[in-house]
Amino acid sequence: MSGFGQLRLEGVGRRFGTADALAGLDLTIERGEFIALLGPSGCGKSTALNCLAGLLPLTAGSIWQDEQRIDTLPPEKRGFGMVFQNYALFPHLTVRDNIAFGLRMRRLPKDEVRRRTTAAIEMVRLEEHASKLPGQLSGGQQQRVAIARATVLEPSLVLMDEPLSNLDAKLRLEMRTEIRRLHQSLGLTTVYVTHDQEEALSMADRLVVMREGRVQQIGTPEEVHTTPTTWHVADFMGYRNLLPLAAQSVAGEVVTVPLGGTTIDGVAQGTVAAGEDVVVAVRPEDVKLGNEGLKGLVEVVEYQGRELAVEVVLEDGTRLHARTERKVQAGESVSVAIDPTRLLVYASDRPAAELVTAGLAV
Amino acid sequence: MSQTASWQHRLAERGVDRRLWLLLPATVFVLLLFIYPFLYGLSLSFQPLKGGGALANYQKFFNDAYQRDTIATTLKIALPAALLNVLAAVPIAFRMRGRFRGKRLLTTVLVVPITLGTVLTAQGLLNYLGPTGWFNRILMAVHLIDDPIRLTNNYWGVFFSLIITGFPFAFLLVLSYLSGIDPTLERAAATLGASRAQRFRRITLPLLAPGLATTFLLTFVLAFSVFPSAVLVGNPAGSTRVISLAAYQAAYEQYDYAYASAIAMIMGVVELVVVAIVLLWRSRLYTGSTGGKG
Repeated sequence: MSGFGQLRLEGVGRRFGTADALAGLDLTIERGEFIALLGPSGCGKSTALNCLAGLLPLTAGSIWQDEQRIDTLPPEKRGFGMVFQNYALFPHLTVRDNIAFGLRMRRLPKDEVRRRTTAAIEMVRLEEHASKLPGQLSGGQQQRVAIARATVLEPSLVLMDEPLSNLDAKLRLEMRTEIRRLHQSLGLTTVYVTHDQEEALSMADRLVVMREGRVQQIGTPEEVHTTPTTWHVADFMGYRNLLPLAAQSVAGEVVTVPLGGTTIDGVAQGTVAAGEDVVVAVRPEDVKLGNEGLKGLVEVVEYQGRELAVEVVLEDGTRLHARTERKVQAGESVSVAIDPTRLLVYASDRPAAELVTAGLAV
Repeated sequence: MSQTASWQHRLAERGVDRRLWLLLPATVFVLLLFIYPFLYGLSLSFQPLKGGGALANYQKFFNDAYQRDTIATTLKIALPAALLNVLAAVPIAFRMRGRFRGKRLLTTVLVVPITLGTVLTAQGLLNYLGPTGWFNRILMAVHLIDDPIRLTNNYWGVFFSLIITGFPFAFLLVLSYLSGIDPTLERAAATLGASRAQRFRRITLPLLAPGLATTFLLTFVLAFSVFPSAVLVGNPAGSTRVISLAAYQAAYEQYDYAYASAIAMIMGVVELVVVAIVLLWRSRLYTGSTGGKG
């Protein structure tokens, strides 16, 4: 059961009534990879996971484990482990029995069940809680039981559906490291669903960014972080400054756009032609407060520890989100400079007026 | 002023505040319509009409085989009927979980018998299952049988009547217990390699069992006090001479209220014994959260 070379999803789709929750998903998962499915709620990432687990039948495409077609198998025949968002621990069974459940379903010898269960309990450091019921555990402990239960079978693939979303911020950071550590030490192949881009970037080997049931971009964390393929991905990856503008001139990769009463250069992502509507994306971290550049007024200041998050209104009324270590106050006049290599210019897929109503900065 | 305020505060913490008055109607109701008649009946049962000591009525009941056997007769009808109601409700409720087209219509059809009342049900049973009813006529027409099968005016008539009136209760209760179980648990069990049967046996059934016990008790208590159908579709002189019938005859045919009270008390004790046994079994089950929203 355990171990495969690769898992291939070919044109996988799931339709609910007339709505495509997931369409045309092509993805090859190599053994040992940690893949994050990332996107806002309703983007189809959980649907994709449930299709992989066998909990939702496909309406299009196929799933292959090496040369074997598996999308026709019921979940109990696939041998994948799954961690659910609400943990889904069996409330009437103790921690030990929860973890042993899958081993017992395989009818393994009693000694082996005991040995492997004990090892799994030690692995997630729940020795003192082994005979408690799930209801007597904290959220973090319940999550560890859920992970131990899914991994004790040494499944060929572990599926995790937003497993950390019910935990508080501190615990979430700890569990992140814990899951990554288990993934490496057990040599697992993991598909991890999340809407938290930071979580996905820090844990995964490869990211699959999704939107409205379709894949937007597949790439390493660095690729997705530095060069999003569409402005939607950029939006999701923390490019808070998204400006609908018109390209003034294009020279090779360099696009010049009007901003703040003057012009500014950026890098074209895909093909951009002069005079076309574009969306310009830049992270707050790449908007620097300095002595030269675009003139503006500080409007809002948020304290964020080492830095301040600042909202600056330029002379033409454009709002820019910036970060600075300088102590500034609301109402202060400042200049902002943007690194031209970090200003990404995308061809717009909609008219500018529509983008403005879609909530993009003016 | 502040003294009284803190005093009220401390009372409120122990649950004593003005909202306590909301319990008044229920308390009065229970006192007047249950506790008082019960105690009155209890004391009456110890005052036999013809003398002979406080326990004379009870001795009379247990010394008379014709009377004593009503306990067994009633249990023989009520226990299997309650059990069948619960067992039949489980698969149907199991199938009816979740949303699907026509669910409301199907639920209505299943629940309608509650509104019929015993007399209408009895009427229907006589028409349908009686010696000249459709059921027997169809069986005879296709030559499966030569003589009508007796399904009314005996044990089976009462049994069917109890199923028809008791099943909707059992179904509604089991459905609500089942909806309270988080469906993700079964999905989790599936990903751990449990087959459909194993998922039911290991996950759903243990979580549902306390609810089934409660459902069994409610339908049992309803069935144990069976009276109209025992007369209308049963054989009230023989195989369906249930205990409530014995109490009725004592009270309204022999006008011996004290004896009738004693029979009613015995009826209550028998029910309590069954309830106690089932609750004892239930207390050994897991009865905590089942993860659902029900």
